[in-house]
Amino acid sequence: MERLSLEKKVLSENDRIAGELRERFRRHGILCLNLISSPGAGKTSLLERTLEQFPHEQRVALLTGDIQTDNDARRLARFGFPVQQITTGGTCHLDARMVERALAQWRLEELDLLLIENVGNLVCPASYDLGEAAKIVVLSVAEGEDKPLKYPSIFFKSELLVLNKIDLLPYVPFDLEKARENARLVHPGMEILEVSCTAGGGLESWQRWLGQRLAAMRAARPAVRL
Amino acid sequence: MHELSIANSVLEAVQAEIQRRPGARLLKVGLRVGELAGVDPEALSFSFQAITHGTEFERATLEIEARPRRQRCNECGKEFTVQDYNTACPDCGASSTVCISGDELELAYLELEGLEE
Repeated sequence: MERLSLEKKVLSENDRIAGELRERFRRHGILCLNLISSPGAGKTSLLERTLEQFPHEQRVALLTGDIQTDNDARRLARFGFPVQQITTGGTCHLDARMVERALAQWRLEELDLLLIENVGNLVCPASYDLGEAAKIVVLSVAEGEDKPLKYPSIFFKSELLVLNKIDLLPYVPFDLEKARENARLVHPGMEILEVSCTAGGGLESWQRWLGQRLAAMRAARPAVRL
Repeated sequence: MHELSIANSVLEAVQAEIQRRPGARLLKVGLRVGELAGVDPEALSFSFQAITHGTEFERATLEIEARPRRQRCNECGKEFTVQDYNTACPDCGASSTVCISGDELELAYLELEGLEE
């Protein structure tokens, strides 16, 4: 019997493709964000509120992942920006190859922002790098303030927590302070925004965050865009 | 339940190694899974058994080493294992600490027999 030392990442093939995507995004100066949440927390609603305030000339495209149906892509298409639905057919997450395949449909030089809506799931999408600049986790107050402790991986790996449906706070037993504390236990210093995508509260903080990230990406853009 | 996808990635990596070693038979696959990896070791073992059933790897076992989350203090440099989600430094109390391990999902080793010298 012989022991052969390998010392490699299990998802090295996914990570390799994600690394290539990240490099392509960097060369084209594209900000790519990967939105993750449990089903129904409000990823699509957050994207709707985001798209409706963009000018028509905004160079944004969207990828939306679901196990079945193209309902989300149809919800997002009415804003007039390019949208593709990735239907995974049972797979509970998007992986880098799915994103790579979808991007073949678009000219990256025409984009500044790529928003990816992952499959609704707080567990599996955390393991798959898609080449994004940042993961964003969306949590709704109807879900309970202990979610960061129950699903630490995604809260640890996400740069930003968007707490959605804060208009429901009077009706649900959700301890906002505890939720912030739990998120920052798992991810010290985590940035947290509180919004209501249906009632409209707090969205300017999200727009400001996104605007800052886009500006930083513009500043870092290569002088000659390929 | 993405453990099936992950088991598949493990199997693909194993197949690539075995193909390069004529006559080798797989006995064991050693993995390291951090507590922040978001992967359930039991579901992963079950998935690996399921996809290798009826193949040449049927009798191979997965050995999974669970790795705790470890942090390093940005103030005093102390390295410590996180317990009860508490990421503050146990020595100096600083809250500014950085994760140094615990999110790994790594293929550590293979145990093989029948290798040709």
